[in-house]
Amino acid sequence: MTTATLPDTHADSGGPGFLRRHRMTLAPLLFLAPGVLFFLVYVIFPIFQSFQVSFYRWDGLGQPEFIGLQNYQELATDRAFEVSLWNNMKWLVLYLLAIPGGLFIALFLNQTVAGIRIYKSLFFFPFVISQVVVGLVFTWFYDPTFGLLNTLLESIGLPAINVLGDPTLATYGIIAAGLWPQIAYCMILYLTGLNAVDPEQIEAARLDGAKGLRMLWHVILPQLRPATFIAFVVTIIGALRSFDLISIMTNGGPFGSTRVLSFYMFEKALSEYGFRMGYGAAIAVVLFLIMLCFIAYFLWSMWRQERGR
Amino acid sequence: MLRTQLTAAAALSLAAGGAFAAAHETPLSGTLTIFSDMSNPAPRAVMEGMAQRFDEMHPDLDVELTVIDREAYKTQIRNFLTANPPDVANWYAANRMAPYVDAGLFEDVSDLWAEPEIADNLASTKGAMTIDGKQWGVPYTYYQWGVYYREDIYNELGLSEPATWDEFKANCQAILDSGKKCFTIGSKFLWTAAGWFDYLNMRTNGYDFHMALTQGEVEWTDDRVRQTFANWRELIDMGAYIDNHQSYSWQEALPFMVNGEAAAYLMGNFAVAPLREAGLGDDQLDFYQFPAINPEVELAEDAPTDTFHIPSGAENKEAARAFLRFVVSAENQTTINSGGALGQLPVNAQSSVDDDEMLNQGFEMLSSNSPGGIAQFFDRDAPAEMASVAMEGFQEFMVFPDNLEDILQRLEQARQRIY
Repeated sequence: MTTATLPDTHADSGGPGFLRRHRMTLAPLLFLAPGVLFFLVYVIFPIFQSFQVSFYRWDGLGQPEFIGLQNYQELATDRAFEVSLWNNMKWLVLYLLAIPGGLFIALFLNQTVAGIRIYKSLFFFPFVISQVVVGLVFTWFYDPTFGLLNTLLESIGLPAINVLGDPTLATYGIIAAGLWPQIAYCMILYLTGLNAVDPEQIEAARLDGAKGLRMLWHVILPQLRPATFIAFVVTIIGALRSFDLISIMTNGGPFGSTRVLSFYMFEKALSEYGFRMGYGAAIAVVLFLIMLCFIAYFLWSMWRQERGR
Repeated sequence: MLRTQLTAAAALSLAAGGAFAAAHETPLSGTLTIFSDMSNPAPRAVMEGMAQRFDEMHPDLDVELTVIDREAYKTQIRNFLTANPPDVANWYAANRMAPYVDAGLFEDVSDLWAEPEIADNLASTKGAMTIDGKQWGVPYTYYQWGVYYREDIYNELGLSEPATWDEFKANCQAILDSGKKCFTIGSKFLWTAAGWFDYLNMRTNGYDFHMALTQGEVEWTDDRVRQTFANWRELIDMGAYIDNHQSYSWQEALPFMVNGEAAAYLMGNFAVAPLREAGLGDDQLDFYQFPAINPEVELAEDAPTDTFHIPSGAENKEAARAFLRFVVSAENQTTINSGGALGQLPVNAQSSVDDDEMLNQGFEMLSSNSPGGIAQFFDRDAPAEMASVAMEGFQEFMVFPDNLEDILQRLEQARQRIY
């Protein structure tokens, strides 16, 4: 506090210039300016531009042609879009399994035995490797002719399945691959959360006769709330931006059954057979609106927490 | 890097290069910038060699070559043609160049095609370079498609190259009875299935119908299209294709043929190199033309053509035109398409084909046994958007042939919207 007031006493000795009088307001503004500027140019402005482009028919080369809501009308009847939307829902719901999965492993690893650090790092490993590598590993795991999965299935007398070649299974196969690193991420969040759990409260609960699930539910989980919130946020965002795994494992196939909105947008706007910028932008707008629901919820709950303090 | 290398070479050849320069009336000067997508090792060496030789031929000209990754090029071309056009750029023939022609980004080079040197020797690819009656670039290489098969397996089973659809199916049945699959294919990236559609449709309904269909002039629900799919279904119902092909890329489908689990592959000539590298010898690998199905239609082939164009925003168009002439010249065509270089077919009728079993057969087939015409390939003949929807349908049909009605309705809807 003293350091903050020191310059002010000096300021009085100078002239009453505008800069000097307002420097308490100006300094933070100046420091914020670069960040705000880049955020505006690279995030906010493109969002509005996407809204604008979605009303045009444009191949990225010639003159854009205004077509009003036609892109959205087409979306309404586009079966590939419908499939993508449903797949996004599947991702959102099933990806949340990473939270209980991560919690379970964290609880399991939260003990002191010899070499626990090694076990922890082994469990954390999948999050460190690139999504592309995860995708490749699982593609080989699922491979219909020499994959480990089918070798295992055959050894116990079950028929072989082609997970990524079957339109009803492929999306679940990719989500399972995505859960592997995501569970590791949630696990780390919970492990740090568990460090902060108050041992006195546990002691007190134990004296009152709480144990097992009741202890977990009523004593531990409430204290892990911040970790759960963060895990929820990163998992939802991770589910909505799933792209690399799909691109690597199935390339949206077989016959478009594993597309999600972000992948479909890329295909329509930027891939080799795409360049329908307007249509791609319309898909992006829909994806943005879905994300907006979650973002609004996150902001609202964060604001509520801050106010509660 | 290459620039310095080339200018150094140019300086060296200055003294000796007088004879070359004298051959041209006005020596070319300035800088010639070339953007190329020939990024794989062999094509890259070819492109760098061409740039260097052209540079040596023109001492006052500075050739600046930029090689861009082949896949990345497909999206970057849109940016650089508008923002920072080079003098010469690579691309593909037929409908694939239509967006740039329509947007006025490619230079009309009909004047080059009027020169006897080109008009007489490049006639076979003129159609593929023509839009609205004008030519928009020159080809530099093309390659045949057809059935590459395991000669030893055919011999073992006493089969010969089929000339008719019935023989084709009888061969396949014999191969299936021996516990192998007739054809390997990897349809994960869709386009391989389009090769089958191209051939089945051209053999069933002919080249002109196929072109009308890819141009959007025929309904996908037309009975003739259904006939093509009915023929295709015969093979699918026999179990001619390897299982789970929707999970493999075309490269991942190669081992089935190398291991002898599948007897043949409908592919472009670029499949020969990896098959040979995998250990298939000349007595194990051979080629035949896709047999006739409907005897009333003339045989037509797929032979995708890769091209050079002059962007309309180019600065040194005179040098660019000279480079295009140089590329298609008989001598250069022989050099760059030889087995040690691209290993494909030269576009100039005066140049010689490398003495390679597959190339000779391909050249023979395309020059004398393809009276119907030469198609570019489905995704180059049809507009990009139609191609992506249709190829997805082909893949679905190959896995679930019962969905045909639904697929055709979808393609027809797409056709009505796109064209």
